[in-house]
Amino acid sequence: MTEQRHQVTVAVNGVARRAEVPARRLLADFLRADLGLTGTHLGCEHGVCGACTVLLDGAPVRSCLMFAVSADGHDVTTVEGCREPAGDLGPVQQAFLECHGLQCGFCTPGFITTITAYLEENPKPTEEEAREAIGGNLCRCTGYQNIVAAVLRAAELKREREAPHE
Amino acid sequence: MKPPPVVYHGPDTLEEAVRLMAEHGAEAKVLAGGQSLVPLLNMRLTAPARLVDVNRLDDLAYVHSDRHGVRVGALARHADLEHATHAFETIPLLRQAVRTVAHPTIRNRGTTVGSLVHADPCGEMPAVLALLDGEVVLRSERDGERTVPARDFFVGPMESACREDEIAVEAFFPRPAGRTGSDWRELSRRNGDYALCGVGTLVRVDDAGAVSAAKAAYIAMGPVPQVVDLTAAAADGDWSAAADHAAEQLDPEDDIHASAEYRRQLARVLTARSLRAAYEAVAP
Ligand SMILES: Cc1cc2nc3c(=O)[nH]c(=O)nc-3n(C[C@H](O)[C@H](O)[C@H](O)COP(=O)(O)OP(=O)(O)OC[C@H]3O[C@@H](n4cnc5c(N)ncnc54)[C@H](O)[C@@H]3O)c2cc1C
Ligand code: FES
Ligand code: FES
Repeated sequence: MTEQRHQVTVAVNGVARRAEVPARRLLADFLRADLGLTGTHLGCEHGVCGACTVLLDGAPVRSCLMFAVSADGHDVTTVEGCREPAGDLGPVQQAFLECHGLQCGFCTPGFITTITAYLEENPKPTEEEAREAIGGNLCRCTGYQNIVAAVLRAAELKREREAPHE
Repeated sequence: MKPPPVVYHGPDTLEEAVRLMAEHGAEAKVLAGGQSLVPLLNMRLTAPARLVDVNRLDDLAYVHSDRHGVRVGALARHADLEHATHAFETIPLLRQAVRTVAHPTIRNRGTTVGSLVHADPCGEMPAVLALLDGEVVLRSERDGERTVPARDFFVGPMESACREDEIAVEAFFPRPAGRTGSDWRELSRRNGDYALCGVGTLVRVDDAGAVSAAKAAYIAMGPVPQVVDLTAAAADGDWSAAADHAAEQLDPEDDIHASAEYRRQLARVLTARSLRAAYEAVAP
């Protein structure tokens, strides 16, 4: 049987991207294989690890548990879109660099997207809240301490960058 | 792994979705939040020929509350229910329980009605529906609309009364009568994981503070949510005696996560704490 294909248009990191894909194409594979945005990683493909987390209309979702066809017409933000508009590292990315919040980096894209959305909701988390915020993402390397520190540092950086300049 | 080939339908109206299920129900699955169905597809544990994606039925993305209770449409995400202040004020148990369903990221996508149809014996919301004596509204071309009470809706593990040509359109959670306190608690190995044992309780008191009704519902303790009436056992406020009585009614199984005996012990401890908390929420 030849698989039916669907035209899918998704605004990825603010740019309308189009591709023709079979219904079973996962959003994660659409981003990686069809659009070449390999920042989004696939670990478990059943919703547990969080590496594939992207923002759908601003809210974190697992891109391994969604079909690209279902995302048609929506906005998606990936780790590539978590930078500053001018291209510099975004506050969460910068904080991971400063705090040594990654080692192999496999889990990092899911953490960056999750934390980016979280800080919009809670710009000044406590350490305990920071821990809770990353509870749905697994990391096999860091032991999490530096990631918790990165959440707090990212909140600081974001506040500094958003403060009106004198 | 990757999901098997499938024919996709993305209806824009409920009527169209119902018609598609009438035509293809035997070989089709409704795709709601996908937080249970897509893992099964990715692991190739299921391979429906067609998917009927209900994510464009925006009219079903509601959470409505009134003095009778809370109505949750098929496209309301767990997160919508969690964040609806009016739903929390009407039935605090809804937020108490839905916050323990997975992680926020899963709740952003997974639907409450989808988790009822999925009928996982470890799922929180089926037990909440059973504890509150709620119901599910189903729609098909053949039978039109029918309403199934919770006690008939959960048929077995991963098996609900939703027939293959039916779409669940709404769940109704009735508000408990009188002065009733509630509590939800569970134990899981990691925050956000499926619970080894979970319990929800309702305790009703009269104006003098005496217990006039009490019951508990359990997850992970049997093939379907288990509801135990504890009115007599909790009448004198001896929570641990009531918890012992509840644990005797339960028949959990061993699995790789916990032994039956350990689960029963958890039920005992959690029930006593939960009854006390529910009581203290409304005691004079
Ligand atoms: C990592 C992870 C952890 C989780 N932890 C928990 C947990 O702790 N507790 C818990 O309760 N759940 C948990 N879940 C599951 C989650 O709650 C799901 O959202 C829920 O079980 C199913 O809802 P859904 O909208 O995603 O349904 P889907 O996955 O889209 O569908 C599930 C099933 O229900 C059917 N269905 C769905 N909606 C309808 C409808 N309106 N009419 C007819 N049929 C329908 C589908 O055909 C399918 O068979 C977890 C999921 C993941 C990935
Ligand atoms: S790859 Fe999606 S959660 Fe692991
Ligand atoms: S840095 Fe290696 S898995 Fe997190």
